[in-house]
Amino acid sequence: MQARQKDSLLVASVKDSLGAAVITFALACVMIGLRVDVASGRGAELFLEHRWLAVAVAVLVVFAGRLAMNIFFWKREDPPSLNLSGLMPKGGLGAGSSNIIKYGLLGLAVVLPFVLMFWLGARGSRQYIDLAILVLTYVMLGWGLNIVVGLAGLLDLGYVAFYAVGAYSYALLAHYFGFSFWLCLPLAGILAAFWGIILGFPVLRLRGDYLAIVTLAFGEIIRVVLLNWYQFTGGPDGLSGIPRPSFFGLEFTRGEGGFASFFGLDYSSIHRIIFLYYLIFAMALFTNFVTMRLRRMPIGRAWEALREDEIACRALGINTTNTKLTAFALGAMFAGFAGSFFATRQGFISPESFTFLESAIILAIVVLGGLGSQIGVVIAAIVMIGGFEFFREFEEYRMLVFGMIMVVIMVWKPRGLISSRTPSVALSRNAKGISADLVQEGHG
Amino acid sequence: MDYFLQQLINGVTLGSIYGLIAIGYTMVYGIIGMINFAHGDIFMVGSFVALILIVALGITAATPVLLLILALALVLVVAMALTAVWGWTVERIAYRPLRGSFRLAPLITAIGASIALQNFVQVSQGAKNKPLQPLFSGSFQLTDGGADGSGFIVNLSYIQILIVVTTVILMGGFTYLINNTNLGRSQRACEQDRKMASLLGVNVDRTISLTFVMGASLASVAGLMFLLYYGVVDFYIGFLAGVKAFTAAVLGGIGSLPGAMLGGLLIGLIETFWSGYFSVEYKDVAAFSILAIVLIFMPEGLLGQPEVEKV
Repeated sequence: MQARQKDSLLVASVKDSLGAAVITFALACVMIGLRVDVASGRGAELFLEHRWLAVAVAVLVVFAGRLAMNIFFWKREDPPSLNLSGLMPKGGLGAGSSNIIKYGLLGLAVVLPFVLMFWLGARGSRQYIDLAILVLTYVMLGWGLNIVVGLAGLLDLGYVAFYAVGAYSYALLAHYFGFSFWLCLPLAGILAAFWGIILGFPVLRLRGDYLAIVTLAFGEIIRVVLLNWYQFTGGPDGLSGIPRPSFFGLEFTRGEGGFASFFGLDYSSIHRIIFLYYLIFAMALFTNFVTMRLRRMPIGRAWEALREDEIACRALGINTTNTKLTAFALGAMFAGFAGSFFATRQGFISPESFTFLESAIILAIVVLGGLGSQIGVVIAAIVMIGGFEFFREFEEYRMLVFGMIMVVIMVWKPRGLISSRTPSVALSRNAKGISADLVQEGHG
Repeated sequence: MDYFLQQLINGVTLGSIYGLIAIGYTMVYGIIGMINFAHGDIFMVGSFVALILIVALGITAATPVLLLILALALVLVVAMALTAVWGWTVERIAYRPLRGSFRLAPLITAIGASIALQNFVQVSQGAKNKPLQPLFSGSFQLTDGGADGSGFIVNLSYIQILIVVTTVILMGGFTYLINNTNLGRSQRACEQDRKMASLLGVNVDRTISLTFVMGASLASVAGLMFLLYYGVVDFYIGFLAGVKAFTAAVLGGIGSLPGAMLGGLLIGLIETFWSGYFSVEYKDVAAFSILAIVLIFMPEGLLGQPEVEKV
């Protein structure tokens, strides 16, 4: 009896795996098996390259993998409870471990450039500090977007538009009026927030996924305008020669009056890099500080309430339009700050830096880190941006893997990989307070 | 006037392509209420499958006409079938496990699936543009350019006729499918109330899968048309075409099939007239602005029904 049941389970597993293999063959036979390419030299003729071995490998891998999963996990009488979420601390990171990680990362971030300098010397450490600056830029962008997506629950697919507004505001103001970085930084933030209000005002009445598409459209509009308004923005050539920031009026130049000579140091180009590092570090911390403070204010509470249940919010007399608008504008403002930092760091900007992909990466950082969680954004940014740099050699494949990971993680842990943020205030358990999206997920 | 006529012809052709893609968006939105962000990339995969099949069968402009049409019909059928498998797989992997999850989750997997598909094609087929020599080059001349030959010559090419005719036939068949068959009936039932439909014996998961399959096969038709009309494809065409087709679906009223077709035609016309009379560079801005304006002032679209908000 038992043996027969086992047999039928085995047969079912094989059948299921065969089905998966057939589907893989259908997917792969044309798209992998044949590669269409343009013949060089013979005009624009197309020819085919055959790669049937790759198809066979793909089909076999899927068959074997599926069969193994079937036999060992899915189709057993006593399926082992593969509760991967058990590996994570319950309810995200607990307060204790979260604090350790938080202060550990903070301490590390404070001393990082000097540790690297001592360890690798000025020349060797430069690329790592550059990478750290990049990661911090994304942390700041992630925190900014976290206000919009994580706290207020508005899906913004065009966040990079505000980043672009910030970068171009600084570049254009410096180009046409010769304004300095420190004057432009607040201006860029204000301009980006202003754009956020202009764009947000009409569209924030829309429901979640419509909002996503409209923000996506606005992101593209801004990019297309930057690309085509040649006289003003330089079009695809971009703007170059964007001035560098100064340290309280001290330029990072060689010779008299520069930063190095003022402090009696030997001139080194690494000074500027380290300065940029601390600049973005301070800006990111400022973003975090503002967010944390706002979260305790009525407006922050309103954001979280809005994320949980918009209709209830309206019933309670919260002005949802204004609440959404502040979240949108604040998120845009931080993107504007980050944008002008980006412009001053690169010294050159072009519309190519502000594609939809960039929005998707920032969104992925926020979502995978856990919507609304500040520490989650940091860890996700380190892993993701660090991973991108680490796998730089596999240029072609890394975006493919990125897309797949986004799907897999979302399917596996829809509430974010690292931790999730529950509302700052909620009814106690005794009062049967269950957050609305847990109910939607079926836990309630 | 002649110029206007030419733009009208071009606009209707382009609009047919958008309409075919838009149907996929509108059906999926109608049935599970999510934006299938990867649909534009399914369209792109469809056009690649068609291109590879055309090259594999050795179809060129030199092929005799009858054989050419038969071969293209074969390409169309095979491409529809294979692209449908892609659509089905995306639904199975990225959307089905998240049914009943919170609202943003499937949208985010959809973005992931879209990025993965684009880069998969880039890896497997290369990043270069793939130009296809035109298969049909003939056209009807509707005007002769005036007595002194200075007027505008209006061309109605065979390929444009082919595109519009195929679209009309497919739309007819598809409307029949939705209105008169069991599949269409269960699909409409799921659209109205998924839970009730499942209680009445409709296999909801299967119906949703079939919706994706139908959407993907129509997108692959659009992919073939796009390939024949423009003669060039690359791995990035899905993004713009997808957003515009979504705009078309929203403009026509999301969830409504005739609306999708109407919206597609309108977007095609607006885009062609905009490039014809204003500026080519800003044609995408025109399409996107329409999307925003429609959503703000008329969220239910031209033929859609206003949505009732339920607690």
